Amino acid sequence: MPQRFSTLASGTSIDQANAQTEPATRAASVDAAPVVIEARDLEKRFRIPSHRIDSLKERAVRPFARMEYRELQALKRVSFDIHRGEFFGIVGRNGSGKSTLLKILASIYKADAGTIRMAGRVAPFIELGVGFNPELTARENVVLNGVMMGLSQREARRRLDSILEFAELDDFADLKLKNYSSGMMVRLAFSVMIQSDADILLIDEVLAVGDAAFQQKCTDVFQEMRASGRTMVLVTHNMAAVQDFCHRGMLLDDGEPAYEGEPEEVARRYMKINFAGAGPGRGSREGMAEVHTRLVEAWLENEMGERVENVEAGEPIRLRAVIEALRDLERPSFTFQFVTPDGIHLFSLNRRLTSPQGRPDRLAEGERARVAGTIENPLTPGRYFVKCWVARARNPGDFALHGLNVLDFVVFGADQRPGLVSVEADMEAVAVEADIEAVAESEAGRP
Amino acid sequence: MNGVTVDAELQVVRGPSALGGGWRRFFELLYLISVTEFKKTYFGTVLGYVWSLARPLIMYAVLLFVFTQIFRIGSGVTNYPVMLLFNIVLFSFFQEATTLAVTSVVGQEPIVRKTQFPRLVIPMATVLTAAFNLGMNMIAVAIFMLAFGVTPVTTWLLFPVILVVLFVLTATLSLLLSSLYVRFRDVAIIWTVAATTLFYATPILYPFEPGIVPERFHDILLVNPLTILFVQARHWIIDPSAPNAVELAGGWWELLPAATIFGLICFLGVWIFNREAPRVAEEL
Repeated sequence: MPQRFSTLASGTSIDQANAQTEPATRAASVDAAPVVIEARDLEKRFRIPSHRIDSLKERAVRPFARMEYRELQALKRVSFDIHRGEFFGIVGRNGSGKSTLLKILASIYKADAGTIRMAGRVAPFIELGVGFNPELTARENVVLNGVMMGLSQREARRRLDSILEFAELDDFADLKLKNYSSGMMVRLAFSVMIQSDADILLIDEVLAVGDAAFQQKCTDVFQEMRASGRTMVLVTHNMAAVQDFCHRGMLLDDGEPAYEGEPEEVARRYMKINFAGAGPGRGSREGMAEVHTRLVEAWLENEMGERVENVEAGEPIRLRAVIEALRDLERPSFTFQFVTPDGIHLFSLNRRLTSPQGRPDRLAEGERARVAGTIENPLTPGRYFVKCWVARARNPGDFALHGLNVLDFVVFGADQRPGLVSVEADMEAVAVEADIEAVAESEAGRP
Repeated sequence: MNGVTVDAELQVVRGPSALGGGWRRFFELLYLISVTEFKKTYFGTVLGYVWSLARPLIMYAVLLFVFTQIFRIGSGVTNYPVMLLFNIVLFSFFQEATTLAVTSVVGQEPIVRKTQFPRLVIPMATVLTAAFNLGMNMIAVAIFMLAFGVTPVTTWLLFPVILVVLFVLTATLSLLLSSLYVRFRDVAIIWTVAATTLFYATPILYPFEPGIVPERFHDILLVNPLTILFVQARHWIIDPSAPNAVELAGGWWELLPAATIFGLICFLGVWIFNREAPRVAEEL
């Protein structure tokens, strides 16, 4: 696969190159390790009261009234094994049950059915800094948090220094937390987390906080943790994180495991289901002024010629449409325009009608034209529209059809790269000594 | 970073519970939280100790004035000012602990919903903090008693019995109220009223003696477990000549209703809290 060039957001895809070279060997060593989390047939239902009796008065007035509930099946038959030293990603759309699953693993929620067995000390981090008391000093909070995490008090005190040091907050150890800036707070919380020394870490979207520098620190720490053989379960929306850190992942869809395995595949499928609801495939035809022509049908095909609703990034796009003339069209031409939801015009395809030999170059009333086009797909993941314009060549600009949103589709793929297109490129960056000297000279020249 | 525990064996995860995570962690958390909370009240403000004493003392001064100068109930009672202070401090503990405990579990929502936390710690910590306050206040009471000239007697040694029973009653009632509050939010209002009622239905302002409390109300008052405690405390600590609970009731069996209520509160408190604990995070 040719190397695509696109500017990577700094700090998000660190070590991607490393991660891609080693997964096979690492996966093998992890599989041999003993299972530390074993989940079997976990089920969870939430009862959402449609009419809640939340006072004794109401209860007293209607002592036998049943509370009416709507049941929400949050998890269905979820089973998996996680081995020691493994980083396991759980992904899914909002409401897919991933956070519920993590809370069940963390003993915050109780599963309705199924069993979990774990080996080692578990520390959940559903949110950074939860349980911090703003009225207490950093020192007191750190000890309290350590004990909450299952350390003994003595053990928690022993770690105090290294935690404060890592957070670079030694000088503020006796400051009450309410006087901390949010940045200091995050640093402290994160420091507590990584120094908790638990065998199993359960983490929910913690990576999503902080600035770029903090994210970088997170990244470094996770790499270090991975090297030290810790087990981690990470719930996230960030596919880059899954691909960078995780050995394995699980995709939850509507409370059920939809896929479990390679992080790349997990990410790919996640993007696919995530956009399944967004693109209706054949576009909405609202707003189309059918003056001279009518769009009969338009669709996308994959390389095998099967109709698809959405396209994977990098896969060629085949565009098909059937257009019917509502009146005679002299020498018509067809233009397909690719547009982003913001209305940015990406590129167009244009073709004059090809008539069989001997026929006039026109489309008579009631006749249909089949338009087909295949393009390479440089589009980055996202949603796109295709508009169609049919022009009568005799008078350029006299449009017969303003086909708005003939097609509406999604390009899905795991890499969330900035930019609208990703192009193949050769690029290099080499230090040239002459230039360096020139820079040095120019700097030396400055007063 | 240290290595991981290698020899750990798979153990069944039972999910959230009242104790969740073993006794050691429970007690350490309980201790840490109540001590820090306690320190906060005593060392957090400028006046510290004085401040936390001020509330019961001002209330005491007002009541003392009313009941010795206006209603004169206390005039003929041995050591009335001491008894009043002693009773108020004891009842403040009960009232403070239970009132704060009612909303405690709901108030600690982030901890309950986002950390693995033994649920029992939360209401128990408020009770324990109140108990520390009681201890501090008792120092003031002891000084006052000696200054007033109360003769020390051997039955003072029985005071811990009173404290233990009061503590158990307060703690289990707190458990009951805090778990009910998760479901029924008017429990807080109901309890404020109920606690005030209890203040008058317990011999705090008045001594429980045949001459002062009309005979026909004796049985009603004796149903209240707090009554038994306060009567007994007065007999043991303040005035040995005052009737004890058995004498007042006219026999052991007459104490049965109060004992039953006490037992029922203990049982219900522990049982309901334990039953609700695993689901609290979802109910909030």
